[in-house]
Amino acid sequence: MHDLIESVFIKHFSNNILDNQNDAAIIPSASADIAFTTDSFVIDPLFFPGGNIGKLAVCGTVNDLAVSGAEPLYLSVSFIIEEGFRIDELEKIAESIASEAQKAGVSIVTGDTKVVNRGKCDKLFINTSGIGSIRKENLHISKAINIIPGDIIIINGMIGDHGMAVMNARESFNFNMPLESDCTSLNHLISAILNRSPVKFMRDPTRGGVAAVLNELSGKTGIGIEIDEPALPVSKSVKAICEILGLDPLHVANEGKVLIVASEDCAKDILEVMKNYEYGKDCAIIGRVVSDHPGRVVLRNNTGGGRILDTLSGDQLPRIC
Amino acid sequence: MCLAIPAKVISVDGASAKVSIEDIEYTASLLLLDDVKPGDFIMLHAGFGIEKVDPVRAAETLELLNEMKKYRTH
Amino acid sequence: MKYVDEYRKRDLILSIAEKLKTISKKEIVLMEVCGGHTMAIHRFGLNSLLPENIHLISGPGCPVCVSSQHFIDLALAFSRIPGVIITTYGDLIRVPGSSTSLEKERAAGSDIRIIYSVLEAVEIARQNPGKKIIFPGIGFETTAPATGAAIIKARLENVSNFFVLSAHKVMPPVMKALVEDGVKINGFIAPGHVTAITGISAYNDLASLYSLGVVATGFEPVDIMQAVLMLVSQIESGTPKVEVQYRRVINNDGNRIAQKILREVFDYRDDLWRGLGMIPGSGLRITDEFSSFDAEKQFSIEVPRSTEPKGCICGEILRGLKTPVECSLFANKCIPSDPVGACMVSGEGTCATYYKYRS
Repeated sequence: MHDLIESVFIKHFSNNILDNQNDAAIIPSASADIAFTTDSFVIDPLFFPGGNIGKLAVCGTVNDLAVSGAEPLYLSVSFIIEEGFRIDELEKIAESIASEAQKAGVSIVTGDTKVVNRGKCDKLFINTSGIGSIRKENLHISKAINIIPGDIIIINGMIGDHGMAVMNARESFNFNMPLESDCTSLNHLISAILNRSPVKFMRDPTRGGVAAVLNELSGKTGIGIEIDEPALPVSKSVKAICEILGLDPLHVANEGKVLIVASEDCAKDILEVMKNYEYGKDCAIIGRVVSDHPGRVVLRNNTGGGRILDTLSGDQLPRIC
Repeated sequence: MCLAIPAKVISVDGASAKVSIEDIEYTASLLLLDDVKPGDFIMLHAGFGIEKVDPVRAAETLELLNEMKKYRTH
Repeated sequence: MKYVDEYRKRDLILSIAEKLKTISKKEIVLMEVCGGHTMAIHRFGLNSLLPENIHLISGPGCPVCVSSQHFIDLALAFSRIPGVIITTYGDLIRVPGSSTSLEKERAAGSDIRIIYSVLEAVEIARQNPGKKIIFPGIGFETTAPATGAAIIKARLENVSNFFVLSAHKVMPPVMKALVEDGVKINGFIAPGHVTAITGISAYNDLASLYSLGVVATGFEPVDIMQAVLMLVSQIESGTPKVEVQYRRVINNDGNRIAQKILREVFDYRDDLWRGLGMIPGSGLRITDEFSSFDAEKQFSIEVPRSTEPKGCICGEILRGLKTPVECSLFANKCIPSDPVGACMVSGEGTCATYYKYRS
């Protein structure tokens, strides 16, 4: 076990806090509030176009901090490894974790490793916890307060890439498509936005997709939301694979997207900042907060008709009918 | 049962065809069709081509509807 | 996407809607019998574009939703046999049996895999010679030929561990049964892909015996609107007949190759439809010649016949006789995440749609 930690994890994650290998990491004191999050990753398959479970584990936790308005600083990473898991695959995953952490500018300061008997876990599970610092003026962002009719909803790019790339990698459907997960750390983008413009609310539309986040928001606050279907950025590939399998991109998971609610006069600034980033170039205003249908999300189609956009209770399934 | 999508035939290899839908490629079964050529469009349902799309009839349908559009009052 | 986007154009949809308003005077009830049509009408909001005198009702058109509890219980029983892999279309795994579903069994450890094409099942069988691969065959005439082709291919290639549990059904007997049962409609929006296989002669009786308009319809919003226009024109002029809207895909004689495969591999039988009961001649069973691929013949599994859950009035809802709010189970015991009957199982079934719009 010690060899494993030294030869794989310390080798890739080394920094002056981690190298102490204490039970708890002592973080130099901050003068701001602390944001703290945790997430576990059990994705199948472990490797998919555009990433792997390791990259996902860093991005997921970094993004949870960033969309709360915090600056992500430190991560813990814990592994539960099934006996017999290949070392070369573990190395690749560790490399991805290190690389993504560096990109995001976060340090991995503590962690844990357990090996369990075959059959006791599905190859590899990872948990990451993250700490960030959050300035007083950003504390409102995760609380969804002061949102009023007229506020607009912006997304930084195309929806559905991650979920569809993973589905195609996992199942035996054999579609050949140039589709990759959008998995990426969003903290630099979000930090640039917050430096330029106030925002009222942010969340990353992961499991359950954009539909889930919008419904959570309208459910929690009682606001009505209207989404402009033709304005939704969807790649040709995602549009096509969803038509083939009978799926709706609005319910598909994303791992490199942030939904922002802001007042209408901030839209221009936010979009301008987003366009400076590779993963913001397809940004768009996708809808607005309305005074109609409180607590409901309505999707307006190209003929002006509307239908209610619900959350799904489970994963979307490909259909034949 | 109903969910089928028009797919363009890129190449034919016996009882299968490489088809494309936008930039997605798939190897579809032609066990239910004959006389399929590259450039044809087939309706892809559950991995099978179930019928060819007739471009002439497709154009006729649209032409008929476009005629109707001319008489719209608003 | 070619042959898709052109049939979703806003101005075409609206111009048909406008034309409908000018020619449609009578109160008209049209039934669609295809989950794909239910989905498209809902997705593109077509109901709100129709004049108030035109009513669209959904019939029993989703082969998944009408799969009986007994069939699911059979599939579940198969999944518990050691060495069995269940390979199924995605829509089926949430359909409830009498106590559980394929999805719940998968979570509990059974080897149940979702496939897009039945040929994947044959391939999985080829790659796992020590296992038995069972494919629950659902779908109407659009999908059954694929199952038939897979069985023929498996025989040709000596893949002997591939089995089909057929719940394939055919449309016309049910359309007839609904009308004979007294469902009050003026016409059918007939399923376009089923018709592409069967050809239009399957509907002649409906038009001639019952004076009903039948229009074989495509699945894009323009297709459905055009079909409504065609039906309304027929009904306003008192000339109900069988017509094809979906001309770019349907040949009047249907798909001969697919029909031949259906005749070779399947026989008709009476079949149980969730919510409707037994409908004569509405199901497809595998012929004796291919019995070595018939899961029901090759495995001796007995599953007690279950009764439809008490209080479920799907049958009446599917016939357009009652609405979901009149069902005692609606929105309390029967909800989308835990459905009891056919109308709630499908995301776009009548009850699921009502549930979405409840206040």
